[in-house]
Parts: sequence; structure tokens; C-alpha cells
Amino acid sequence: MSAYILRRLLAAIPVMAIVAVLVFLMLRLTPSDPAAIIAGDFANDQQIAEIRSKLGLDQPILTQFLIWIGNMLQGDFGESFFYKKQVAQLIVERLEPTISLSLLAIVLTVSIAVPLGTLAAYKQGSWIDRFVMGFSVIGFSLPVFVVGYLLIYLLAVKLDWFPVQGYQYLADGFGGWLHRLILPALTLAIVFVALIARMTRTSVLEVLHEDYIRTARAKGQSELKVLVRHALANAAVPILTVIGLTFATLIGGVVVTESVYTLPGLGLLTVDAVLARDYPTIQAVILLFSLAYVLVNLLVDVAYTLFDPRIRY
Amino acid sequence: MQGATDTGGGPILELDGLTVALPKGGDRGNAIDGVSFSVGRGEIVCVVGESGSGKSVTAQAVMGLLPKGQLAVTGGSIKLEGREIAGIAQPELRRLRGQRMSMIFQEPMTALNPVERVGEQIGEVLEIHTPLSAAERRQKVLDIMAAVHLPDPASMIDAFPHQLSGGQRQRVMIAAALVLDPVLLIADEPTTALDVTTQAQILKLVAEMQARRGTGVLFITHDFGVVAEIAHRVVVMQHGRVVEIGSRDEIISRPREPYTQMLIRSVPSLHPPDRKPNASTVALSTNKLCKTYSSGGFLAGKRRVVKAAADVTIDVRRGETVGIVGESGSGKTTVARCIARLIHPTSGTIRIGDVDVATLPERRLRPHRKHVQIVFQDPYRSLNPRRTVGASIIEGPVNFGLATADAIRRARDLMQLVGLQPDALDRFPHQFSGGQRQRIAIARALAMEPKLLIADEAVSALDVSVQAQVLALLDDVRARFDLAILFITHDLRVAAQICDRIAVMQNGVVVEAGPTTEIFAAPKHPYTHALFAAAPGRGVRFGDGLEAVS
Repeated sequence: MSAYILRRLLAAIPVMAIVAVLVFLMLRLTPSDPAAIIAGDFANDQQIAEIRSKLGLDQPILTQFLIWIGNMLQGDFGESFFYKKQVAQLIVERLEPTISLSLLAIVLTVSIAVPLGTLAAYKQGSWIDRFVMGFSVIGFSLPVFVVGYLLIYLLAVKLDWFPVQGYQYLADGFGGWLHRLILPALTLAIVFVALIARMTRTSVLEVLHEDYIRTARAKGQSELKVLVRHALANAAVPILTVIGLTFATLIGGVVVTESVYTLPGLGLLTVDAVLARDYPTIQAVILLFSLAYVLVNLLVDVAYTLFDPRIRY
Repeated sequence: MQGATDTGGGPILELDGLTVALPKGGDRGNAIDGVSFSVGRGEIVCVVGESGSGKSVTAQAVMGLLPKGQLAVTGGSIKLEGREIAGIAQPELRRLRGQRMSMIFQEPMTALNPVERVGEQIGEVLEIHTPLSAAERRQKVLDIMAAVHLPDPASMIDAFPHQLSGGQRQRVMIAAALVLDPVLLIADEPTTALDVTTQAQILKLVAEMQARRGTGVLFITHDFGVVAEIAHRVVVMQHGRVVEIGSRDEIISRPREPYTQMLIRSVPSLHPPDRKPNASTVALSTNKLCKTYSSGGFLAGKRRVVKAAADVTIDVRRGETVGIVGESGSGKTTVARCIARLIHPTSGTIRIGDVDVATLPERRLRPHRKHVQIVFQDPYRSLNPRRTVGASIIEGPVNFGLATADAIRRARDLMQLVGLQPDALDRFPHQFSGGQRQRIAIARALAMEPKLLIADEAVSALDVSVQAQVLALLDDVRARFDLAILFITHDLRVAAQICDRIAVMQNGVVVEAGPTTEIFAAPKHPYTHALFAAAPGRGVRFGDGLEAVS
């Protein structure tokens, strides 16, 4: 097992290297100039050139790349063009809202989608099945920002149950943290509920036709236990796979959700950094997201062994 | 293996006019229609019938396990220990299931939950029906595991199903079924998926448990060999109705009904007929054919090497049928696939005519592919469901350059030859029965005009009466086209009837080979001995009293 994890971590190195090259090149190849943005609308060419040289952007691309990589290997992610702060520090400050949002969204997703999908499978063809399937299509097709503004309009503006936007740090109280976070997390969760409810339905349906379900019934087991102990336990692996694979969508959703609710997390940081052409920040955040994706999927693969004893590494 | 029949205190299961309706639009109105028979205390009643006879539906109806929304009991009565259970509420049925009546199934590979320890799965019955504590449950599970002769229960109790062999899994199923000492055990083809030596052990176990605990057993099977081994009484079913009920000996040697007589006559005998020695030219010869699989290696833990086939040397002459007999994992299918070059042999030679195809690269192999054709086991999956059978038959010849019109003409001739209407070429596989599909698969293979036909368990999935017909067809095409046939089977009865010579394989090695008559008369290798000893119904003459009756 530990050998397997080590191998997977080693395999992540080339992946991260490729991501680094792509991010770096993509930023350099987009037609915009961070120096011009920093200098403002009234700067002359010479001022812009000075800023450019101060940021090191007048060097050849290869040199810039080598300097960036070299610094990163020493733990230095550079200084943000825009915030005039160390990027590492910037990221650490923004970490909590994003992690809070993602975790709460995943918890919400699993606790809504798995029972819903299981029920739909068990009552295949009934109104509840059709409702879940219909909801899935809608939840799937609605863009996150539309869901966000709809929820804000209904639950925050009209009913006044939740604040419209903003974030409270966990250190300032759990209640306030949860209260301010639940709407964004729900917004983010809806698309995943749709996806995972469908996936759960499909894999539970498949498992329900298995012989061991019949065996459990022949033992006199109750339907609820048949569903949970036998069906769901066997359907867990494909569900887990989808959770891992959709993690990328989650990151995309985080960026949009944080913008809609102005949560001071990594998503909002990404948007601001992109608008300001803040190269060091963009590069570091995207590398971090990629690393998170790789690690989450490794975690999912390791978690398989908990659910299915036939899987061994 | 006959135990004492004790029906004192009335039958424990009594079916009277039991009827289960099929959904509208089925091929008949009722899945089972007016089924009446009984199972006494300590009695083994075998229900025999071909596929679609309604024997499994009968069992499911008794257990209350009919697929919801599709099948339902619409008439008649089911009495368990004198109490009516047809139509009682599910919670009450659930109390009976596992406690008073229990069931074991055909596929021990899939009938156990793969993600739960076997001990927990046996203990589940206790958890549902008794107030025992976890420690008491564990002790009781250990006891029953020992009673069904599972090795080392103390460590096996925490094993997962995939760590057990097929026979062991079936023992786990039996342990779970019997842990609460039910009065009725329903066994639905419990040995069909097992190897013959394992089957013999499981049959012995069922008889032993039944005798010791006085359980009544409703044993469903399609195999008359099994019936001969285990039954006290036999119920013969066809098209959802009971055709005949009688004692084991009555049914096996002197059946009254024509249908039963036909079934009994179709059981292939273990005594091979005399066959003329064959001196034609050799169509296939392999020399020291090997296939090894290896896994692991570089960074992935220990390297494992499995010899699926080792030094297999076989030859088949034109007009001759050579059988490869063995249990699962013996390597018989590996050999067949190597010869057809569906997989690459590791070493050795394979001569088809005078060409060694063992090492030919794909491009140069292709012209030789037409010389070797295969008929596979499962006729339901070996034909493309989206193409007409005509399209499937002509595909090969057209690929090899035959004009479509000529290919169709040949296909029509072949359909006639295998006993089907030439006009049926336009139909799709789902419009044919299993036996008809296997005929189509044979026609498809023959369309290539092969030198060698490989039949890989080609009759194993067929009912016994259909099996007899397909075997006759294979023998007919062998004689007609002077064809070499390599016949892969696990079934000794089938091998006895169709093969001129056989090779017995175990663990990838041919342990014994020779003319069928000689091997059946005097097997030399201990493994061959064991195989023959395990063959169900050996020493029983099926239908020996028939001439006297008819």
C-alpha cells in the first residue's frame, strides 16, 4: 500500500511539471501586459517599460520560466504583482473559506444525493424516481451563477433567512460560519447532487439485480437493511469514483460561487488575479488546484480499499 | 447416498394447484400452472425440467421471492408445516425465511456479498432472527462452519468471499441456510456452476446435513446424474406443469410419460460406443504448446507466473473428434484459444495442415484464420444481437473474398444442413432458441470451410434434449465434411458420446490421453480416476427399464 502511494506521488511530479509549463505559457501567450495594467491608464511607454523590467517581464520567456521554477523549488512562490505580498502568504490567508465551502458542499452533496439516488433506484419508475431524474437534468443544466442568484433572491432577499453575501471565519463562531456558508455551499452542491444522485441510482439499480441481494432476502432480511448493508455497500465504489472525477468541476464551481457570494477564498483570488494579470498568483493558485486534484484522486483510490476488500494495492 | 425417508407428522411442504401468472404478452399465460406436490420431513425431492419448465419459479414462489411487479401467485396453496403461506404479508414471510425455510442458489460466486466477511454473512441470519449477542453469534457461526466441513473456521470466518474457492463458497451458503435448522431447504441448481469433483462433495454434504438434521430438501436440477445421486422422489416439470411424479428408481429406469422417457433417453451414457480407428491425414498437431501468464514485476510487487498450459502435445486427424476434458482452470480453453490464435502461445508449435501458425505475425496469420473456426459455449452472447444471422454467417466468407451472392447461397445451404429454414437468415438472434442459435453458430463456423472446428463447451449451456440434437449435428457435419473437431468439455458423458480420443487436462498439463473407449474402460492417471468417481449417476443405467414399458 505505502509503495503504491509513493509510486502515485512520484507519478504526480511529471503531471505537475506539465501543468506548470502550460500555465506559464498560456499566461505569456495571452495578449495583455501586466505592466500596463499596473501602470494605469495615464502612464507613458517609459514608465511601463520600467515596471516591466522591475517585474522581470523583459527577460526572455525561457529565463523567466527558469527563474520561476528555480525559486519555487526553494519554496519561494514570488511576490504578487497586484497585492504586493508573498503569494504563499496570500494563499494561506485565502485557504480557509475555500476549504470550508468545498467540504460543506461535499457533505451536503453526499447526504442529499446518496439517499435520494438509492430511493430512486429502489422505487424505479415511481414518481419519486421521475422526480429525482427530472431534478438531475435541471440541476445539471443550470449554471452555478444562475442557481446562486436564484437562491439569493429567494432565501436571502425575499425570505431573509440567510445573509446575501460575506464570510465569517470559523474562529469567530461555528454558528455564524455555518449560517453564512450554507447558501453558497448549497449553490455549489446542487450540480453535484444532480450528478451523484444519478450515479447512485444507476449503480444501486445494477447491484439490486445481483444474486447476493436475493440471498439477503432469502435470509429474511428487511428491505432497508438489504438496501443499505448489501446494495449501497457494493455501489460505493462507482459513486466514489464520480466524486473524485468531478473534483475539477468543484474547483470551477468554487471560483464562481465565491464571486457570487464574495467569499474571500482562493476562487475570488483567482478571479481578481486574472483580471489584474497577476502572473505569480495565477500560476501558484492553478498549480495548487492541480495538486489538490491529483491528491483527491489518490485519496479516492486509497479509499476504494475501505469499501471493497477485493481491491488491493 | 439414499437416506431414510421419514414422512411422519405429515409433509413439511405441500403445494396444491399452485399457479403463477406471467405478465401479459408472454409466450404462455402462466409461468407455472396447477403445480401440486409435497416434500416430506427428511425427504429429498428433486424437481427436474429443462429451461423454462417453471422449476425455479416454483421455488421462488415458495420462498416469496418472485420478482416484484412481474410474477405473482394467482392461485393454489403453499403449505409450510401445515400452515398456508401463499399470500401472507411480507413481514411474516420474512420471519419464516432463513428460520423455517431457507434457500441456496446456483452461483456461489455471485450469491455472496463480495464486500462482507463470510462469517458476518452467515451470522446475518442469526442477527435477523435471534436475540443472540455478537459473541454467541460468532460461536454459532464457527460451529456451523465446522459442520459443513469448511477448513479452519477460526480463520476463514473473517475471510472475504473472493478468498474462497467455489466449493467453499457454496459451503458458506449452505452454512447460512442451515444455521437455524430450518425444516425446509430449497436448493436451486446448487452444483451446476461447480466442477464435477466439487459437485460430488457438495451433493454429499447436502445429503449428510439433510440426514443428520432431518431437513426436507426441495432440490432443483436439470441434471439426471445429480437426480440419480441424491433424490428420494422426483417431480418432472415441463412448460410450467408437473408431468410426472415418482420415486427415484421409477423415474430413472421406468418413466411412464413420453416426455420423461424422452428426457431419460437423452442423457448421454458414460459408456462410449466403439469407434473405428482413424488413419486420415493430420489436420492439427501441436507440439509442446505453452502459455504462461505473468503479472506484477517492475515496481508492482512480487512477480507471479502462471502456467496456463504446459507442453501440450495434441493431434487431430481429418474426420476425427478429439476431446479435451478437464475442470475449470485446467487450461483446456487456453489450449483452444492458442490453437485459434485468439491468444498468443508462449512457445511450442501449432501445425494446421503443414503450416506452423504458432508464431506467425497477425498479417501473415490472417489467410490461415479461415482454417480454424470456433463454436463457443454461450449461444446467447456469441452472435451479434444487432445483425441478422445471415449477416453474421456471410461476414467471414465475404471478408475472404467470396462474392456476397455466393456467400448467401452457401449460407442458405448451411442453414438447411443444420436443420433450420433458409428463409430465417433475415431474422435476428433473439428470435431463436438457445439450441437454434447454437446451430446458427455451427453454420457460421462451417461457412468458412474450416479444416478444424473447435467446439468450446459448445453444448454445455443447452438442455439435455437439445444437447443430444446438437451433438448429433456435430457428428453429422464431421462425417460429411471430413472435418477435424477439437471438442472442449468438462462433461464426461458428452465426451464419451462424441469423442474418438480424449486428452485429460489438469493444471495446464495433459495427464492422460488415448482412445475414448480405453480411457473410460481403464483410466490410468489418479486424476482421471477421481474425475470418473465424481461423475454423478455413474453406475446408473438411465432408462434401462424403458423397453419393458414401451
